[in-house]
Amino acid sequence: MQSRFDEDFGTPASHASESVTLTIDGMTVTVPAGTSIMRAAAGAGVMVPKLCATDSVDPYGSCRLCLVEVDGRRGYPASCTTPCESGLNVRTQSNKLAEIRKGVMELYISDHPLDCLTCTTNGNCELQDMAGAVGLREVRYGYEGENHTKSLKDDSNPYFTYDPSKCIVCSRCVRACEEVQGTFALTIEGRGFDSRVSAGMSEKFMDSECVSCGACVQACPTATLTEKSMTLMGQPDHSVITTCAYCGVGCSFRAEMQGSRVVRMVPWKDGKANHGHSCVKGRFAWGYATHPDRITKPMIRDAITDPWKEVSWDEALQYAARRFQQIQAKHGRDSIGGITSSRCTNEEAYLVQKLVRAVFNNNNVDTCARVCHSPTGYGLKATLGESAGTQDFDSVLASDVILVIGANPTDGHPVFASLMKKRLRQGAKLIVVDPRQIDLVRSAHIEAQHHLKLRPGTNVAIVNALAHVIVTEGLVQEAFVAERCDVDSFNKWRTFAARENNSPEALEAITGVPAKSVREAARLFATGGNGAIYYGLGVTEHAQGSTTVIGIANLAMATGNVGRRGVGVNPLRGQNNVQGSCDMGSFPHELPGYRHVSEAGARQLFGDAWGVTIQHEPGLRIPNMFEAAMDGSFRGMYVEGEDIVQSDPNTQHVIAALQQLECLVVQDIFLNETAMYAHVFLPGSSFLEKDGTFTNAERRISRVRKVMPPLAGKADWEVTQALAQAMGYPMNYSHPSEIMDEIARLTPTFTGVSYEKLDRLGSVQWPCNEATPEGTPTMHIDEFVRGKGNFMLTEYIPTSEKVTKRFPLLMTTGRILSQYNVGAQTRRTANNAWHSEDRVDIHPVDAEDRGIKDGDWVGITSRAGQTVLRATVSERMQPGVVYTTFHFPESGANVITTDNSDWATNCPEYKVTAVELTMVSQPSEWQSHYKRFAKDQIGMVPHLEAKA
Amino acid sequence: MHIENLVTMLNQINSFFATEPDRELGIEGIRNHVQRFWEPRMRRLIIAHVQAGGAGVEPLALEAVKRLEAVKAA
Repeated sequence: MQSRFDEDFGTPASHASESVTLTIDGMTVTVPAGTSIMRAAAGAGVMVPKLCATDSVDPYGSCRLCLVEVDGRRGYPASCTTPCESGLNVRTQSNKLAEIRKGVMELYISDHPLDCLTCTTNGNCELQDMAGAVGLREVRYGYEGENHTKSLKDDSNPYFTYDPSKCIVCSRCVRACEEVQGTFALTIEGRGFDSRVSAGMSEKFMDSECVSCGACVQACPTATLTEKSMTLMGQPDHSVITTCAYCGVGCSFRAEMQGSRVVRMVPWKDGKANHGHSCVKGRFAWGYATHPDRITKPMIRDAITDPWKEVSWDEALQYAARRFQQIQAKHGRDSIGGITSSRCTNEEAYLVQKLVRAVFNNNNVDTCARVCHSPTGYGLKATLGESAGTQDFDSVLASDVILVIGANPTDGHPVFASLMKKRLRQGAKLIVVDPRQIDLVRSAHIEAQHHLKLRPGTNVAIVNALAHVIVTEGLVQEAFVAERCDVDSFNKWRTFAARENNSPEALEAITGVPAKSVREAARLFATGGNGAIYYGLGVTEHAQGSTTVIGIANLAMATGNVGRRGVGVNPLRGQNNVQGSCDMGSFPHELPGYRHVSEAGARQLFGDAWGVTIQHEPGLRIPNMFEAAMDGSFRGMYVEGEDIVQSDPNTQHVIAALQQLECLVVQDIFLNETAMYAHVFLPGSSFLEKDGTFTNAERRISRVRKVMPPLAGKADWEVTQALAQAMGYPMNYSHPSEIMDEIARLTPTFTGVSYEKLDRLGSVQWPCNEATPEGTPTMHIDEFVRGKGNFMLTEYIPTSEKVTKRFPLLMTTGRILSQYNVGAQTRRTANNAWHSEDRVDIHPVDAEDRGIKDGDWVGITSRAGQTVLRATVSERMQPGVVYTTFHFPESGANVITTDNSDWATNCPEYKVTAVELTMVSQPSEWQSHYKRFAKDQIGMVPHLEAKA
Repeated sequence: MHIENLVTMLNQINSFFATEPDRELGIEGIRNHVQRFWEPRMRRLIIAHVQAGGAGVEPLALEAVKRLEAVKAA
């Protein structure tokens, strides 16, 4: 059931530029050509009765309830499938129409349970509403005939119920699954009276291909598909628009509330990133916010072997402040630092970097983007002039050729993947560059024209091979390059790309991709119309991550695919606010707005505003902090909302570094893995408990709105502010809007951003300033931000992480749909029903060589360490490559990843680790140790003792 | 901080800029990168290492480090 707080116009909007004028019930109505009569009427305030129509899917014309009369036309056309034409005279009400509609409703109700008073959707049921609208008072056919009212429910999905007895076979759910989500998991099985909605091949929902996105539930007009939370709690009394805290798509949601309790999260139809669509995480996996594991009291301890002591906010903050100040007094200004979070708001990230720069008075601030998209920041800034993607998401609907490299959108960015799949079903061509056969390669009504199944670690070689074909086969868009790019840099690059050692044939032995496929893919991309490149962590998390980003930008510029809709370079950001945390100056070398700390003018600007002198030297990056901790020159760290122990590579090294710290302050909603090494725990707030903004992968700034009070009494921004005050700095914001006002004052790309504007427009994409007061969907339209586009040379350098006899397999890591990042949120929801453990995927040939069968426990050993996981034997893998996820701490996926990192940014090389797999019968030594340590640490938290 | 790690990082940077046909631009690329992205104690260590002979440092990077601005003590 869709939100009762949203209006349903019945059919999708038409975006035609021409308009038509007609008369509906005596009113003159002007609408875009192609608008249905139903939608035109709704826009004029006339709600035509309907059941099979909803504005998220194309009209279907099956329920016969929306019939209207049109002068000069025979019969009673369905208003949902009849487009408006100029001069039409339409009547939506007449005695005859009333008679027809009543007759239709009688038939529906004769086969419908009459348990309205106890039904989940009581108060928000379209069938009930329509019975009222047509004035149904009796059912002439009675209720005793053959019916479906005894059909069995399917409760298999943890979040929603399928009750066939309530189904009116309107097909809205089936169409939503096809048109909105693009999974095609649902169908109508049977004929005539036997027709019923079926998941897969008459399977239970959980056994089918359903991805639990919730589109069917939202589309259902009755209680056939209903959220279990609604069944439990009843109807909401109010709603608040906010932004999802999971991936970088940044979906807008309507939090439907009873007081300060969330009843359900419904994707907001007017959300410009998601247009009313969602995935299983944002839609359903929000229960973690009130999970019993939440820690809501500040805690301190002198050593990590001590039990935690619950204290007041004031005592905890004074303790942290005092220890930080003592460290600085003894070991110098640069001996402490902080880490901002891509899961926190822009305002919170801004405050943490301000704390570091203005209060700690150094630049030792970094963010979790270090381990995901820092190469994007470097590579796109160096080539295009701005550390951000070039398009909005909707741009993909104008793409003709889509190149997906090192990204798995259906799992990592599912709502955007649905949009991309929609465009692919319309006929756009697809090139996938990935070591694995991701779902996009072949799924319902989608098939990639080319899957370049490269070996992990050879992205640069593939990009160079594509460039070679474009350059040597005359496929460069010469006019674009001449007008828009730096010609000297282009000529140098052209010579480089044309070198024989960059040909697909020369690189075939390295990449493992047939030269013919590379040549065909390059030709398709360069000549197929609007070419758009989408990439993810499969590009950035390599020793040459920045080089690949640069190579991608080179490709886009050489083919003229920058600066208009349908094209561009599009980094798919991992976490909800990766873009925003980077924008806010979270890197140790950059102030907010990507201004280098060596720029005197920028330092002066911030220094004057903050009343301090900003240091001109870059600070430590996260891995540098660990190194400095090991040598004793870095001794205190403030970590907000990030779990570096679980998410950063070479866990043993990270832990060794943290154990050297004199004071580790962790601010989080749970006792995460990092907090087990902390001395101060400051309880954080979930996205439901605070105001602020997130900036998604398309640079879209959206409001996060508080729907419940912070469980610990303070929002995260208030905690950072209180810590600054405890250290003697006057930080006195009364609301996050004041922080955004300060950001806008000091950051040229944000000068037009305010909460008032965000409330008015829903969201804006930066740059948002005097030149572009309503934001910038497409960047670099007339010229690149840096002026002329800069080509850079991208020599392929093999990673030093090589396979050997001892470590003959390459392991790559990633994420799956139902779990998110380190799993702190999703592991505390029913999403575990889909993925309750991390597994290692291995090709059947490699498995057979080692005697490994599906489900066996296997030891994974690398140069860094060993862990044990169960195996999944899968042909998605190519021989020689294995894959795992890192959503569960006990898996120790990062025990085996190494210290290798990107040359420019130190982004870890998560995607390439040489390993060997062997059959084992017990957990690894690390896992046994972890189990004991984690149990001890949980036992030291007063309110978690019982759980240990 | 381990000088071995810094040398590895420096040589990785060297590999990217070594492709530059103009040797001078390559050296400046390395120097500029280290100047802009390395925290002073890292630069101090690598400068000291190069002053002591620069074992393991690639030739272009060696030249680039020699051109780094002196880093004041913290």
